[in-house]
Amino acid sequence: MDDIAAVKKNHASKTRVKTMKTCLGESRFHGMIYIAPWLIGFLLFTLYPFCTSFYLSFTKYDLVSAPKWIGLTNYERMFRDPVFLKSIRVLFEYVLCEVPLKIIISLLVAIILSMKLKGINFFRTAYYIPSILGSNVAIAVLWKSVFQSNGLINQVIGIFGAQPVGWFGEEFPALLTIVLLRVWEFGSTMVIFLAGLQSIPVDLYEAASVDGCKKIRQFFKITIPLLSPTIFYNVVMQLINAFQEFNGPYLITRGGPQNGTYFLPMLIYDATFKDYKMGYAAAMSWFLFVVILIFTVLVFRYSKYWVFYNDDEKENGDE
Amino acid sequence: MNRAIANKHIKIMILYTIMIFVSVIMLYPMLWLVGASFKSNSDIHSSIWFMPSSINWQPYLNGWRTGSEYTMGHYFINTFLIVIPTVAFTIISSVLTAYGFARFQFPGKKVLFSLLIATMLLPTVILRIPQYVMWGQFHVLDSYIPLVLPHLFASDGVFVFLLIQFFRNIPKELDEAAKIDGCGRFKTLINILVPVVKPGVISIGLFSFMWSMNDFLGPLIYVSSVEKYPVTIALRMSMDATGSGYDENQIIAMSIISLLPSIIVFALGQKQFVAGLTTGSVKG
Repeated sequence: MDDIAAVKKNHASKTRVKTMKTCLGESRFHGMIYIAPWLIGFLLFTLYPFCTSFYLSFTKYDLVSAPKWIGLTNYERMFRDPVFLKSIRVLFEYVLCEVPLKIIISLLVAIILSMKLKGINFFRTAYYIPSILGSNVAIAVLWKSVFQSNGLINQVIGIFGAQPVGWFGEEFPALLTIVLLRVWEFGSTMVIFLAGLQSIPVDLYEAASVDGCKKIRQFFKITIPLLSPTIFYNVVMQLINAFQEFNGPYLITRGGPQNGTYFLPMLIYDATFKDYKMGYAAAMSWFLFVVILIFTVLVFRYSKYWVFYNDDEKENGDE
Repeated sequence: MNRAIANKHIKIMILYTIMIFVSVIMLYPMLWLVGASFKSNSDIHSSIWFMPSSINWQPYLNGWRTGSEYTMGHYFINTFLIVIPTVAFTIISSVLTAYGFARFQFPGKKVLFSLLIATMLLPTVILRIPQYVMWGQFHVLDSYIPLVLPHLFASDGVFVFLLIQFFRNIPKELDEAAKIDGCGRFKTLINILVPVVKPGVISIGLFSFMWSMNDFLGPLIYVSSVEKYPVTIALRMSMDATGSGYDENQIIAMSIISLLPSIIVFALGQKQFVAGLTTGSVKG
């Protein structure tokens, strides 16, 4: 940490000359003008629907007649519904496989790419391509083709003497195809890591080298602390996205086999737009929300101990 | 000393081996997909080699016609009617909001910032039903308005948050210098800060383009008439429609066509996307 402090001091002394505390003649509300569009949108498209969906979860509502208050019935029904319970179980299996795999792979690859080797641009592009195409239906077409019983994947594992796998015929292999799809799309997570790595000023490393700081120590004392906000950000976002995975099961496995990939978001979609059980669907989405909330809160709580912000600003509004 | 050099060579070789191996996993399926689009249906799964034995353009001709009443061109126009306003709205509203949060103190800022983070983390699944009901009450279902309009209000908290991180990395001294030089707050943003956070702006533009280009669930919910389908939904419709006489090569050709705009924009934006992202402005 000393290395960082030294270099920062160096930076600061150059610019300190110009620094003056001049905040005269500006309304305290000036900043509000800039955030006004967001605030309006927040009230209209987020807060209002958020509250409404909570209300709807206690009603029976089919879009045609007015919502009818039924108390906790939706929630009671939910926990007696085997389809719902299974959709929760398979969703957890999916999230717990996908998120750690993706974070670790994208961080490792980003670190390798940030070393200044020749041809790095090619590799970066190659790794990034699958994820930019992301949720495109075309990628679902690709995945369905290569994981067919006579498809590319089975042919490749056949070369190594393995038996062909009926990927879409059994529950866990089907779930695995979706995990593999999302892990294969690790590129955008990796690019965020890479951006984080590149935004670490080179002079920090130069200064550290001058002070005789070894590469390994630089990695743990400079790279990891300065990258920790990025790691934190990626973990949180990946968790939230994974819990809402819809396109994969909807397009590739259609929730099957035996509902083995019928993740909760797809169940909610069907309840909403196929069965028009708006109240029941709202209750299920509230359940999903609480699950995601618990995970997010845990990550946030824990982040205090390892996330380091390179920011002198105090957020407490005193001038 | 020699040993150190030898170790370094071994290290580099290991790194390259890993990177090439990963590249094959990343690229071969795509290459295979391109090859398959030229193969006959019976040839697609006959070998793992991606090259078709002969080039057959028929899948592309059929694919462009889509088998529905409109061509791919029609669906592409629909897609761009969604994507272009989305990207423009996203950039403008996100930059303004991020600036407001990163550089101003105002009453209730702490609460509002927490709310911004909360929206970013808020699973959109929970808003979907009431939003659908609300757009229904506005009588704009089966149009692009529900897909595009929210972006005018910085609805992507992720982008705002990303830009705030970029702003935070710019020393405040830069703003103060601009102020001393007589630059107003808005002018400071446009003339001084935006050029510095340009890599950030470009990346949110790119992400926004890709997400909206590839968005499937949004149009699936809100666009119901075939005439207004964007490419993603049209492709999905063809996957369903072909049913028994499943023309795999035609669907694959359509997939390749549908990916082209994303690939072209990525190729064009790639340089700027990768180039920047350094904290250049304080140096020197």
